[in-house]
Amino acid sequence: MSKRLSAVLIGTLLAVSACSGGDGGKTAAADPNAKVTLSYGVWDANQKPVMESLAAEFTKTHPNISVQVQLTPWADYWTKLKAAATGGAAPDVFWMNGPNFQLYASNKVITPMPGEADLSVYPKPLTELYTFEGKPYGLPKDMDTVGVWYNKALFDAKKVPYPKDDWTWADFKDTVAKLTDPAKGVYGTAAQLGSFQEYQYDTIAQAGGYVISPDGKKSGYDDPKTIAGLTFWTDLIRNKQSPDLKTMTDTTPLQLFEAGKIAMYWGGSWNVSEFSANAYTKGKVDVAPLPRGEKQATVIHGVANVVSTKTEHPDQAWEFVKYLGSKEAAEILGKKGPIPAYNGTQTAWVQAHPELKLQTFLDSVSYAVPFPVSKNTAAWNEAELTHLTKAWTGEVSTEKAATDLAQAMNALLAKE
Amino acid sequence: MAQRGRVKEALWGYAFIAPTGLGIAIFYLWPVLQTAYFSLTEWGAFGGHTWTGLDNYRRLASDPEVGRSLVNTLTYTGLGLVSIPLAIGFAVLLNRKGMRFVGLYRTLFFLPVITMPVAIAMVWRWLYNGDYGLINYLLSLIGIDGPNWVADPATALYALVVVGVWASVGYNLIIFLAGLQAIPKEYYEAAEIDGAGPARQFFHVTLPLLSPTAFFVSVVSVIGSLQLFDLVYVMAGSGAAARANPAFPRLQTVVQLFYDRAFVTNDRGYAAAIVMMLLLLIVVLTAVQFRFQKRWVHYA
Repeated sequence: MSKRLSAVLIGTLLAVSACSGGDGGKTAAADPNAKVTLSYGVWDANQKPVMESLAAEFTKTHPNISVQVQLTPWADYWTKLKAAATGGAAPDVFWMNGPNFQLYASNKVITPMPGEADLSVYPKPLTELYTFEGKPYGLPKDMDTVGVWYNKALFDAKKVPYPKDDWTWADFKDTVAKLTDPAKGVYGTAAQLGSFQEYQYDTIAQAGGYVISPDGKKSGYDDPKTIAGLTFWTDLIRNKQSPDLKTMTDTTPLQLFEAGKIAMYWGGSWNVSEFSANAYTKGKVDVAPLPRGEKQATVIHGVANVVSTKTEHPDQAWEFVKYLGSKEAAEILGKKGPIPAYNGTQTAWVQAHPELKLQTFLDSVSYAVPFPVSKNTAAWNEAELTHLTKAWTGEVSTEKAATDLAQAMNALLAKE
Repeated sequence: MAQRGRVKEALWGYAFIAPTGLGIAIFYLWPVLQTAYFSLTEWGAFGGHTWTGLDNYRRLASDPEVGRSLVNTLTYTGLGLVSIPLAIGFAVLLNRKGMRFVGLYRTLFFLPVITMPVAIAMVWRWLYNGDYGLINYLLSLIGIDGPNWVADPATALYALVVVGVWASVGYNLIIFLAGLQAIPKEYYEAAEIDGAGPARQFFHVTLPLLSPTAFFVSVVSVIGSLQLFDLVYVMAGSGAAARANPAFPRLQTVVQLFYDRAFVTNDRGYAAAIVMMLLLLIVVLTAVQFRFQKRWVHYA
């Protein structure tokens, strides 16, 4: 063999071995001065500009790291992310929510936080939501709680006083009765079925019941107190103080509220931008805390930033997540986006709309309960709807629907 | 020599169909085989699977949702066949001599075919709205209180069939028009000389000679109806909104169930078993149609 030929062969071999295994990428990542671009997956088009300005701020202090914000609309976000994660192509950093978190953590798609982080600056139910097997997996970015949005014009027309901060279930039902006006097609409220965070989960907690046991192994739907939290809504439909399920399927409660057909809408802090932009609700609505049942409660939820296990730049990715969870980033977020999760930075958010009692949403954090989740939340979320639809239409009693649901949910939990 | 020439010719023939054949093998046959294999496995949420044999198929047999979605899909497919006589009727009308604005009518009938199914579904959803929809408004003018068409279990499936038929008539009509124009004029002249009126001409000349077209259309529509997804996905709502629809049990189709299992609840192996069942159903129904075509299809 000639020398030249063997040199070519060796050269080729070296080149091949350098290509395989991705060693090249790792060496580059180890160099702290190398330029890297992180991909950042988000689902909210309204928040994309804020996220982009946060990314730009981050690059100012970390000139070697640039961040590309990738928007996938909510409807496709999880389907697409699941496919990308399966193929090892998830974004380096992305938004995570409660119902999906444990699925991603337990399958090692996302990685626990390295080192020590100060989690005391965020509301406890939120950091608990993103802790799996004792380890935190990300930093909360924002938060939301639920309140009663009410139409002041409809209250005024019937001369009903606006809800007080310390009102109870009895007060709520009383107000609903006064505001319901079948002749005008106006209902006191709407017992929405599809959105548990704003409806069933809150009343279940208020009645002293629970959706899932703290260890995530048992359904709470057969608990009489949980059933009381569901009956709260089914009674309203039976009394014709809420539209029936067929009507709410054709026209969503949100649309009905924005058409002046519903006096009180249980909605989240995220509805602020919706109601202050909508031509009908603008200037006509305000918000009150959720009424008190056996106890006072609202579900708290918030989005967290997490890091993909497959990222080629874990150090830079965590650096970015820490920045997003910082006080500085929270202050920027609060001016243009949702309520920042960082304690003490929420004032900017409240001040953005002085005409609304937004402080209500912050005050409720003190008695908020975490969003009920388990490893495969999606599976029993489907069961919740399949069984509860029958209670909502009146096909079976609420007790029976709830007991059947508990059985189905327990079977699903046993498989996790 | 002649033998070798024929082999050579055949080789050329295969060479020419090879690109298509390869495409079919890679994009159709391989996925089918893969799906068949996956239907015998159970999947983790993010890939990785274990062999479970026929477990998924046992589950299929006892799953009430499977039975329900099969009944819905078959009902939809059966009722959807109304589109065929309708399309024949319109095609004959449009084919009449001296008909004015033929181009305009053809466009109007064909418009739904080239419109995005999602757009169609959204517009119809609005038309069907129980409180604010155009249909119920028109009904209210004559004193009828219309139902919530797509949220009422009693009407939902039929409301969907109407949209499906409306959307497919145009496509079928174009094929029937082509079939009509392929019928030689001489047959009609001969029939007229024999004293056959328009009705007799239609039943004894037009219909028999149109039967091969009708057979094609019927096979294609049955396959299309069995795969119904997008209309339901948009009109019944998707995800939580669909499940909260009281008519959902009457609307869920086999493909929708497949979608839920594959992408919502991460049950991919089971989802694969569901589509294998659908594949079998399509094969059987198509085979039955081919078997019975001798009874009514006349090739001229």
